[in-house]
Amino acid sequence: MNGYALLAKLVSLGSIVLIAILLAGFGHDTGYMIHASMIAVIAFGFFIYYARSFSFAAAGVPLQATEDTYLDSVIQAGLIATVFWGVAGFLLGVVIASQLAWPILNFDLPWTSFGRLRPLHTSAVVFAFGGNALIATSFYVVQRTCRTRLALGNLAWFVFWGYQIFIVLAATGYLLGITESREYAEPEWYVDLWLTIVWVAYFLVFFGTLLKRKEPHIYVANWFYLAFIFTIAMLHIVNNLSVPVSFLGSKSYSLFSGVQDALIQWWYGHNAVGFFLTAGFLGMMYYFVPKRAGRPVYSYRLSIVHFWSIIFLYIWAGPHHLHYTALPDWAQTLGMVFSVMLWMPSWGGMINGLMTLSGAWDKLRTDPVLRMMVMSVAFYGMATFEGPVMSIKSVNSLSHYTDWTIGHVHSSALGWVGMISFAAVYDLVPKLWHKSGLYSMRLVSWHFWLATLGIVLYASSMWVSGIMQGLMWREYDSQGFLVYSFAESVAAMHPYYIIRMLGGLLFLLGALIMVYNLIRTISGPKTSMARANSPALAV
Amino acid sequence: MAKRELDDVTGTETTGHEWDGIRELDTPMPRWWLWTYAACVIFAVGYVIAYPAIPLIHGATPGLLGYTSRGALQQEVADARLAQAAQLESIKSLSLEDIRKDPKLLQFAVAGGKAAFSLNCIQCHGSGAAGGKGYPNLNDDDWLWGGTLDQIHTTLQHGIRYTSDSDTRQSLMPSFGADGILKPEQIDDAAEYVLKISGQKNDDAAALRGAEVFKDNCAACHGDTGQGNREFGAPRLTDAISLYVTDKASIVAQIKRPRQGVMPAWGARLDEATIKQLTIFVHELGGGEMPAQ
Repeated sequence: MNGYALLAKLVSLGSIVLIAILLAGFGHDTGYMIHASMIAVIAFGFFIYYARSFSFAAAGVPLQATEDTYLDSVIQAGLIATVFWGVAGFLLGVVIASQLAWPILNFDLPWTSFGRLRPLHTSAVVFAFGGNALIATSFYVVQRTCRTRLALGNLAWFVFWGYQIFIVLAATGYLLGITESREYAEPEWYVDLWLTIVWVAYFLVFFGTLLKRKEPHIYVANWFYLAFIFTIAMLHIVNNLSVPVSFLGSKSYSLFSGVQDALIQWWYGHNAVGFFLTAGFLGMMYYFVPKRAGRPVYSYRLSIVHFWSIIFLYIWAGPHHLHYTALPDWAQTLGMVFSVMLWMPSWGGMINGLMTLSGAWDKLRTDPVLRMMVMSVAFYGMATFEGPVMSIKSVNSLSHYTDWTIGHVHSSALGWVGMISFAAVYDLVPKLWHKSGLYSMRLVSWHFWLATLGIVLYASSMWVSGIMQGLMWREYDSQGFLVYSFAESVAAMHPYYIIRMLGGLLFLLGALIMVYNLIRTISGPKTSMARANSPALAV
Repeated sequence: MAKRELDDVTGTETTGHEWDGIRELDTPMPRWWLWTYAACVIFAVGYVIAYPAIPLIHGATPGLLGYTSRGALQQEVADARLAQAAQLESIKSLSLEDIRKDPKLLQFAVAGGKAAFSLNCIQCHGSGAAGGKGYPNLNDDDWLWGGTLDQIHTTLQHGIRYTSDSDTRQSLMPSFGADGILKPEQIDDAAEYVLKISGQKNDDAAALRGAEVFKDNCAACHGDTGQGNREFGAPRLTDAISLYVTDKASIVAQIKRPRQGVMPAWGARLDEATIKQLTIFVHELGGGEMPAQ
């Protein structure tokens, strides 16, 4: 790096340290002060790191030399982060599932109560595990399918570290009780601002790489990744429009109020599902499934039609989260019909995923990683059928506010998002660490079966308890009186909550086996795989 | 145009594109997929025509069916009210005693009372009405303020020590310790006496001294033999049933600085028919009493 650029970096990091220390001193609430102190410490750490390599002489590798290789180190870091946050998120899931089954495990402390740990779990799995998986694989896929190094130098590293800082600030904020109380958008205003900066950088890196591609066409996986990055930026900014009470405090108030606020929140919330957990992971699926199967993508035309259908339809489906509320009837109708129309566009991805295996089905017997991908696509298909069904108002009047929703979310989060991410990690780790293969395929098989069994236990217990809950709430006797009290329906959930916790435990166990397998793979002997890591040689 | 190839396995042409070794087949979209997609769109259009859907400057298109969720709710509530109207009218006009004598009405009142109990009462008295520490069990025949229909009705209507209702059931056990009315050793003796009359292990000598303390300070409300007095909601002390007290230490604590339970006046929150149904439900739980002849 150029000496003056480094100097500028050191000056700005130094200023951040000083400002953060001032904010830590003058902040109005403890949480804000703790966060300002954390930022000071993190910035100081980066300051020391860069200061150690400071020299006025031009240093580092000349830019031209690096252009010949892919930027893979940031992907390695991203995969490690994916696995780390994944295990943390699954563990938290088991903890809060246990708290629901045995409330005494809340320990009567604010920091360990379900209300604070639940957003910690959802953010850890969706944003920390899922987000890192998406960022890492998108960096990998965009380089390979554009045959060029990531754009904008080391900005990708800023995206990586910036995103981890976002995760840590969000997570510690939840524990300290800092929250906007918006589901999947709990972090307060300053953390939102930081994520906006990081996300714009992410967009620039990804889009810049697409611009300098050496392939004539843009591969379908990149359409989905780009749609995910772009739409999440829009959703994040609009949903988090809020007014801070003070720039020296953590609290802020939403720009919207009442039912408008609720609709904005679920416009965001549902598209976090649609563009983060669906479009993004479809991008992952479109690269890794044909790559692993060694077969061409089933239908190019289907991929075009289902891509644009998903992009157009998904954004309108949010109101189905607000059926039978103060939301005007017309908005509920539109939320429902757009969800119903989403069924086939979603299945387009499943068809393309599964049919790509035609001619390679035999590989399922020998390759548990491919088996994971297929299971993942199967869960995707199931969840994207269940979703439109649940959005139908008469079904929703039974399912809404019950555990059925939780079961639905987890069959897609554990089944679709989890499985496809595990498969991508299993596929990438040997390639990026230059190994001939994974340490043990048997262990991948174990992971596959434990995770599958876990999901089945989880989803089926929540179906049963959710539908039972809904039926108990609405049961009238022959004389027109309610039969059950709410507390009786809570008591009836108990056995299912235990089964759900066991399902989560199996899923966590599978992930721990993956950690062991990956550590053994990375510490195993190297083989030369230069070909995969250079755009110049990969023609 | 890129070079198209024939895929051996499927016999389909590729698009000729290739990325990192990945190619694409030019398979047509599955027919069943297209038709199902079209069917979903047609359903959506039909639904949009039938129900409120398209936002306009003022309001939205009402839809051919004239459906509104508010209207549907009002209709459902009206239907439910209508179905119960006759019975509720009888319950409102008849006396509690007369309701109890009409088997069909009694059955209705018990069901309605149970539903109202599940909504309003189980938070304190438990879903089985068995109570808990500080909250009376309603299944037994031990009543603090009386177990006849009229007495239960009054308790429900006006509550207990519920200050915003002027007719609330009121009584206050003095803080014998905290206000210095009794000396600590007197309280200790009185506690021994209470242990004795409730049939528990006690120190005979202390209980004997305690009998004197009891006669002077406690008997006025709890009765000469500790049999209790429903006039003041003073509990019977001669049995094993108790709200706060389990052992000597808790008896001493109660005498020193008693805890006084509060029950809301439901008359301000529930309508007369519901209160009557609750009265009959509680009366039917097992311990209901008949008025003295």
